[in-house]
Amino acid sequence: MSEWIEVVELTQIPVLGSRVIKTREMDIALFRGSDDQVYAIRDACPHKNGPLSQGIMHGTSVTCPLHNWKIDLNSGEALGPDEGCANVFPVRVEDGLVYLQLKSAEAVA
Amino acid sequence: MKEKLVLIGNGMAGIRTLEELFKLEEADKYAITVFGDEPHPNYNRIMLSPVLAGEKTIDDIILNSHEWYADNGITLHTGDPVVEIDRIGRQVKSKSGKSIAYDRLLIATGSSPFIIPIPGADLGGVIGFRDIKDVETMLEAAATRKKAVVIGGGLLGLEAANGLMKSGMDVTVVHLMDILMERQLDKPAANLLKESLEQKGLKFLMEAQTAVILGDERVTGVKFADGSEVEADLVVMAVGIRPNIELAQKAGIHCERGIVVDDTMQTFDPKIYSVGECVQHRNNCYGLVAPLFEQAKVCANHLAHLGYGRYEGSVTSTKLKVTGIDLFSAGEFNEGEGDETLVMQDPAQGVYKKLVIRDNQIKGAVMYGDTMDGTWYFQLLREGTDISGFRSTILFGQHDLGDAGHGDEARVANLSDDAEICGCNGVCKGEIVNAITTKGLFTLEDVRIHTKASASCGSCTGLVEALLASTVGEGYAASPNKQAMCGCTEHSHDVVIEAIKKEELKSMRELFEYLNWKTPDGCASCRPALNYYMLARWPEEYQDDAQSRFINERAHGNIQKDGTYSVVPRMFGGLCTPKDLRAIADVCDKFDVPEMKVTGGQRIDLFGIKKEDLPAMWKDLSDAGFVSGHAYGKAMRTVKTCAGKTWCRFGTQNSTGLGVKLEELTWGSWMPHKFKLAVSGCPRNCAEATIKDFGVVCVDSGYELHVGGNGGIKVRVTDLLCRVETEEEVLEYCAAFTQLYREEAHYLERTAPWVERVGLSHIKQCILDDEAGRKALNERFKIGQQYAQIDPWKARADGAQANEFTPIELAV
Repeated sequence: MSEWIEVVELTQIPVLGSRVIKTREMDIALFRGSDDQVYAIRDACPHKNGPLSQGIMHGTSVTCPLHNWKIDLNSGEALGPDEGCANVFPVRVEDGLVYLQLKSAEAVA
Repeated sequence: MKEKLVLIGNGMAGIRTLEELFKLEEADKYAITVFGDEPHPNYNRIMLSPVLAGEKTIDDIILNSHEWYADNGITLHTGDPVVEIDRIGRQVKSKSGKSIAYDRLLIATGSSPFIIPIPGADLGGVIGFRDIKDVETMLEAAATRKKAVVIGGGLLGLEAANGLMKSGMDVTVVHLMDILMERQLDKPAANLLKESLEQKGLKFLMEAQTAVILGDERVTGVKFADGSEVEADLVVMAVGIRPNIELAQKAGIHCERGIVVDDTMQTFDPKIYSVGECVQHRNNCYGLVAPLFEQAKVCANHLAHLGYGRYEGSVTSTKLKVTGIDLFSAGEFNEGEGDETLVMQDPAQGVYKKLVIRDNQIKGAVMYGDTMDGTWYFQLLREGTDISGFRSTILFGQHDLGDAGHGDEARVANLSDDAEICGCNGVCKGEIVNAITTKGLFTLEDVRIHTKASASCGSCTGLVEALLASTVGEGYAASPNKQAMCGCTEHSHDVVIEAIKKEELKSMRELFEYLNWKTPDGCASCRPALNYYMLARWPEEYQDDAQSRFINERAHGNIQKDGTYSVVPRMFGGLCTPKDLRAIADVCDKFDVPEMKVTGGQRIDLFGIKKEDLPAMWKDLSDAGFVSGHAYGKAMRTVKTCAGKTWCRFGTQNSTGLGVKLEELTWGSWMPHKFKLAVSGCPRNCAEATIKDFGVVCVDSGYELHVGGNGGIKVRVTDLLCRVETEEEVLEYCAAFTQLYREEAHYLERTAPWVERVGLSHIKQCILDDEAGRKALNERFKIGQQYAQIDPWKARADGAQANEFTPIELAV
């Protein structure tokens, strides 16, 4: 489960926007920063499981659409006074293609 | 070398002491070790009742996670109680054999449920109500067994009984006295309580003395002193608590009912402190959380060697945490000789209030049904205020009777700054207001995180919310011009709006650069505002930025808590045909819509739509002639109408027809906030036009135009703008008013606070006095509408923004 999987062309993710990846186990949100850096994070806010993919991205964080928790896309950690962490996944971009690495099920659980 | 502090007891009082200690500068004086009997980190014991009732989960009530201990450098041993204190060698020994030395020791061993020493008390299925394990036992029993008996009709017993009943058991409460909660309630209040609990399904056996618990290995029933019996699969003893003093006693520390401490929370041994339910202070043992937190503060002060905190005992008040029951009690609520009582009783409403008065001061209070003013009475009680000046109205509460629509908000606004709002955490109104204003808090969660108010038992949540409403509302009106939009900039809304206009800023990048934005991409608070401002100012040129819109506006539906969306097709003026309704019904069948509802604005809301299905659903609706209802947006919502002259015998004008025209004029328009209209056909005002952003009330001679009304948290009735004679004028004035609001209001500012901020006279000046200005506003509105009235649903059904609605499927 640790090989790189090709998921989508970079241009298919809006700048400062996201796409949702559906896997058998969970949904993953793929974000593209204004510098074309791509981030992958489990699509569930550590607060009440809000879909982070639907939030507004800014800098290297996203604000959850349900209750405005701010989540750091590098670490998955909640910012500000809130505490909690969502899983993040390794991503790389090569020749305009986005590749994703899924951690093993244990690491995700 | 740090001093060693050992805490015995990983509960609320002990950990609160550490938290208070960490707030002080001297905090890193200590290397801290904590021993806990239970396997969990510190949790909110007061919230066990809601856990039992299924309203919260155990995870919800954890107060300090394992990370918290790690982050603060605390060594935590859970599931390992201390079994011996060696005072001479200054060390403690744990059950698992650990020996840890201490310089200071804090005992916070809490209390245990008192188990009545009667035959059968040791049978399986007989438990107390104290910790997570007890709750788990009860929930397990509720899943497999039917009948529960709760012995004890006090606070804890009733909460346990309510929880068991909610998890499906048949529950009988056995009480020795003829008054429930006799330590907190008088008879009339107790009877009201008993009635409501009986209506909820609890059974009561009053004045019943338990004699024997029946059964061989497991309980099968309970037998009483009078010989009668009831069946039981589970018995919960909730007759009281007993301080856990055995450990301290064995170590030779002076104990009576509890561990005896002085006003500094120091025990007989100066190296040893104690806080919590295990403590006896000035002959009182406390079983409520507020006094324990006060003790924790004092104890931390002395552990930090500051030496000036003093605990002088607590006056306590009580609220019952049973959903749907409001009950408050404080002080000496049973009148003694020579005391006066003021009583208000309204049995039909289930309201009872009693105040016990001595020498013109409140000595005690019992309230049932309406407990809003409990906080106020409690403050008057503690401060010994002379009430003779307002004695005749004191029972009606503190709020100004003339200020109806504002309710709770006005009442909290009247509280003084040192009025205690959160009894559990000892947080006063002033602290909360201060946190809201200085830290810019907007939600209940924020207030909880920053002040801890409402974060323990939650019974003051209503008060905190009302405070938020009044504080944020006031703050808005007082100095909105100077406030920075958000942390990304020092500029206020007005400065930004002006710059967009004057400097012709037409893209996010230009704007960030020109106004020296501090963050590269703004944030979730400023980007939607900026997107709106540029869109409203430059409708012809500005390229709407989907990524700067809240998800509802980006997906053109309302996101619901489970991540699905709701869809509201527009029905102009609320009119519809059988064909329209059939089309909506067909769509619901086709997409398995789980719930439909008629909204407050007279439209039909379809719930539970998966995001992926939205474009296909919109295609069907669009084919049937519907456009988006914009029920999700900071946008023009609906025009509510009454029947009007066509049918209604009172109608003076064609209100539905005018409603349709107004909606055709304004639909699709993006606004600073949601914007609602209504047209009533006569002054009876069935369409509730006087609480809308723009309301029309038809009269015989024409039309009254009303502006700036608002339902919601703070109801505001509209101001009358003017009267006009023709429908054409209504449309022109409506467009002009709408455009003025679009151009001048701050993003997320409804018309109500906007009208109050800029003043009605300003609006009248722009729209009534300045005809050319009105026509220009009207013209600008219409230009914007050319770009706004392109149905977003149809565009997406035709393939626009397809990526937004299409997930990437991976076969892993």
